[in-house]
Formats: sequence, C-alpha cells, structure tokens
Amino acid sequence: MTNSAPTMAHTPQGTLPCLELENVSISYGGSVAVSGVYMQIPRGQITAFIGPSGCGKSTVLRALNRMNDLIEGCSLRGRVIFDGQDLYARDVDPVEVRRRIGMVFQKPNPFPKSIYENIAFGARINGYRGDMDELVERSLRKAAIWDETKDKLKESGYALSGGQQQRLCIARAIAIEPEVILMDEPCSALDPISTLKIEEMMHELKKSYTIVIVTHNMQQAVRVSDMTGFFNVTPKADGDGKVGCLEEFAATETIFNAPSQQATQDYVSGRFG
Amino acid sequence: MSYGSSTATTDLANEVFARNSLRFQASLPRNRWNALYTTLAATFSAVVVLPLFLVLVYVLFKGGSLLSFQLLTQLPPAPGLDGGGIGNAILGTIVVTLIASLIAIPVGVGGGIYLAEYSQSGPFAQFVRFGTNVLSGVPSIICGVFVYGLIVSTRVFFDQSYSAAAGGIALAVLMLPTVIKTTDEALKLVPNELRWGAIGIGASKFVTVLKVTLPSAFTPIATGVVLGIARAAGETAPLIFTALFSPFWPDGVFNPIATMSVLIFNFAIMPYEAQISLAWAASFVLVVMILGANLFARWLGRFTQA
Repeated sequence: MTNSAPTMAHTPQGTLPCLELENVSISYGGSVAVSGVYMQIPRGQITAFIGPSGCGKSTVLRALNRMNDLIEGCSLRGRVIFDGQDLYARDVDPVEVRRRIGMVFQKPNPFPKSIYENIAFGARINGYRGDMDELVERSLRKAAIWDETKDKLKESGYALSGGQQQRLCIARAIAIEPEVILMDEPCSALDPISTLKIEEMMHELKKSYTIVIVTHNMQQAVRVSDMTGFFNVTPKADGDGKVGCLEEFAATETIFNAPSQQATQDYVSGRFG
Repeated sequence: MSYGSSTATTDLANEVFARNSLRFQASLPRNRWNALYTTLAATFSAVVVLPLFLVLVYVLFKGGSLLSFQLLTQLPPAPGLDGGGIGNAILGTIVVTLIASLIAIPVGVGGGIYLAEYSQSGPFAQFVRFGTNVLSGVPSIICGVFVYGLIVSTRVFFDQSYSAAAGGIALAVLMLPTVIKTTDEALKLVPNELRWGAIGIGASKFVTVLKVTLPSAFTPIATGVVLGIARAAGETAPLIFTALFSPFWPDGVFNPIATMSVLIFNFAIMPYEAQISLAWAASFVLVVMILGANLFARWLGRFTQA
C-alpha cells in the first residue's frame, strides 16, 4: 500500500499514470450515465472502484478498453489517455486497445474449449510465435491454477468449479501479456476461499501489470487495492433520473480512514449503499 | 414468536378459512377440474401425434410389402410392365437436395450470422427478418413457378429448360428461411459473456464469430439445417415445373431428373397397378428418409460443445 497520502484527491504522487481520464462522460442512448470523471490510474498498482449500484463504475471500467463499443447507443465524451494516445481518437483500433488492456468479467466465461485451448486461443490470435506449452503453463502458474489443472489440460474449461473458471479466465487474460488488466467484480460469483485465492494472486500480478478492479465488497477494496475511487449517484440537474460521478479518488487508506467527502465517509462506514 | 400468539393465529385462520383434512380428496371441485383438464390436454396431445402414426402405419401397410433390394436399385418399368424400382428417383432426390443444400446452407448461415452478429437490429435487419418470415410462408408451388419463370423458361443453363439444378434452386428458396432463422436464433442464444471474453482478449469480431460464437451454436444450427433439408426433400410442387421427371438414371445436373415426390405424384394417378404400388413404396421410402433425417437432427441436438 502507498503510505504517503496524496495532497490532491485526483493525482497520486510518486507513480507514473498508466491511464488518464479527462472529463469523461458516458451516455447510453442519449441519457448520461456517468459524467465529469477525472482520474489518473497509477502504473503497477491496483486501483479499486467502489460505489453503490448504478453509479457507473463498471461503465467507466469498460470504457478503459473500449468494451462499451459493444453496447449499442453507448457514447463517450472526454479523453481516455493510455500510452500517450487518446483511446477514443478516430484512428485507434479497438482490437489493438484490448490486446494491451485485457479484461476479466463478473461471471466466469471460459470458452467451450479445453483448458489448454482457452489459454492458447488468445495467444494464437495475437500472433504468438513462442512455445505454446510453455506459455500455457506460465499463464496458469501466474493465475495460481496450474497445480489444479496440470493433469487435465485437455478437459473442458466447463469441468472446473466457478472459482477455478474465474482463475482460468484471468490466466487467459494474462496469456496475451497485456499491460493493464481490468476486472469487473471478478469475485462476486465466488465463495470466500476462491475469492481469497484470487486476491492473493492479484498481489502477485501487480508486480507485472496494472490492475483496475470494480468491487462491491469494501473489505476486498481495502485488502487488495492501493488506490480507490468512490463513485456515487446524484440526481441530475434537471431532476430527471440520476447520474454517476467520481466522488473521490485517493489512496485506499485515505478513502477508508480519512475521506475528504462526507458521502465517502457515509458509504465506507456503511451508513448507506 | 411465543406459543400463545401462534395458537391465536391458528384459531383466527380456522374462523375465516375452511380447514380440510390433509388427506387427498378426489371429490373436491379443484381436484375434479384438475383431472378434467389433465385428461383434455392428454387427449389433444394424442390427437396431435395420431396423424403421424396413421400415415406411417398406412404407408407401411400399402408400400412396405414391396420393399426390396430391387426397389432401391432398379429403374421404374415402362407403362404396362411389372417389376422395376425407384432407384433413379432416390438418387435424384439426393442430388436435388444436395444442390439445394449447397446453395441454401452458405447463404442461409451467412445471412443468419449477419442478422445476429453484425446487424445491430437496424431497419435493414428488421426488413430481412420480416422478409424471411414472409418467405417461409410463401406456398412451395410459388417457389416452383418463380424458378420456372427465372431459369426454366429463360433457358439460362446451357440452353436447357427443365433441370436438376433448377429443382435444387427452387428447393434452396424453400430451405433458406429455415436456415436463416435457426442460425439467427441459435446465435442469439450464445451468452454475450462468451463474446465479451473473446473480444476482451483482443479478438476481432470476425475471429470471435468464427472461433467462439459459431462453434458454440453449432448444434442448434446443424439441427435446423437438417430439418430444412428434410422439409425440402419431401416437396413436390416446386419440382414439378423445375426438375420435371425422368424415367432414366440422372444425366448430369442440367437435365431433367426423377425425384421421389414427383414420382409419387406421377405414378399414383397412372392406370397401371405396377406404377401405383411403386408410388406406395416410394411414399414409404420417402417417409422413412424424412423420419430418419429428423431423428438424425434430434441426435445431433444431443451434442453440446465441450
């Protein structure tokens, strides 16, 4: 964890930003879901997004690797800067973006293929030229599932338990060596033991990757993350519906022990949401 | 909650509701109605499958006795003669259905992929879906007339009029809506998470469809295709003006060809005993072939990927 509390809420000190969001607003078919998000996600750390349902934290997460492109009528204003490049510039290929910024979803979604093929698939379509067996083993080891799967690599990914499937999906994401891994509530469908395994693994993974995780579980945010962004919903200015916004973004310790916003204090202490 | 209050609740319930014994009482109105409706539903279900059994039994009774190796391998006899078989018609049905499949499967599966994966349900996709539904309702004889006007009367294929190819195209028009619809529906059943999984690790749309979505939907698509083939194989009307008929063995795809359904149509109204019994035998073989295709589709449906 970072010990130095940042002086400004939105700019962590001492680390290079990996992803920068500048005045990002996302709307679905004309109605704004999240607005005015500024954020600098530090490289090589774990950043958690917390907040009540419908606050747009998953929406913002999906915006980071252009998964929102798949949702009809979803549009983004503002800039998402990665590697000095605005991800939403006209000449950016979203497929290339997703090769650099991988994603793990809420529900484990292994492909209906063998465990080996689940890992090899991504590598193959990304033009991997190395030793496939070695890559599969390395990825499964990093995702802490090698011991459980090494004897049944030819079996279907569906034959695994939910927690194992999720780690397989993480291994699948790691196999293409992304720079950033986005995780959308990766443990919400899992039991506490599987959750613990994934959290331990995340601590290992952050040595090589930047991780952004959305979680409903505040203890999880405390356990795994270095930085935490608290999203909240506020009624729209015209009183018609609600809109999400980034209430506060700071070191996890600050968010949970000395937040600057009253709403954050209320949320993390369990007074609402 | 204490014992006292729960007993009070029970007393109150006994006052406002009639409490019956816990034993089953057949004489209660709700149980009588239940029995009545169950019987009614069972009767109607039996009526639904009755035609199938009657057709099978009747066709077997009339045509089954002629079933022999000779029936499946020989040409039909000349009018007035006995013996012979329907070998050319069996082969012809297979050829025409094959031509139809070669056209309808790529076009239909491709169209279904477009509708489910690429179209985003815009006006054009809605129009195609609506068109598909209308096409599936078009009477099969209209398909025959259409292909007759388009291909047979214009003699586009090497100056040939009636041909196996024309028959195959007519059947392809009939198969197309089934294939498009089942592909569309099958792909829609593939969970979105699976697509996201592939796209989330940098797969392009094309690779996602080809390597992840299509394989997951293979079983329902294959089932739909087999059912479409089975339906087309039994059609008569579109073949009468397109493939016509031939008493000889098939002679290439650009010549008239014998098919079982047209053979039945032609022979059943002939004044010769041998031809009429051949028509019955052909009916039996055709029904068995289509039943077999349906059973094959069911069997395919049992396979689930991985």
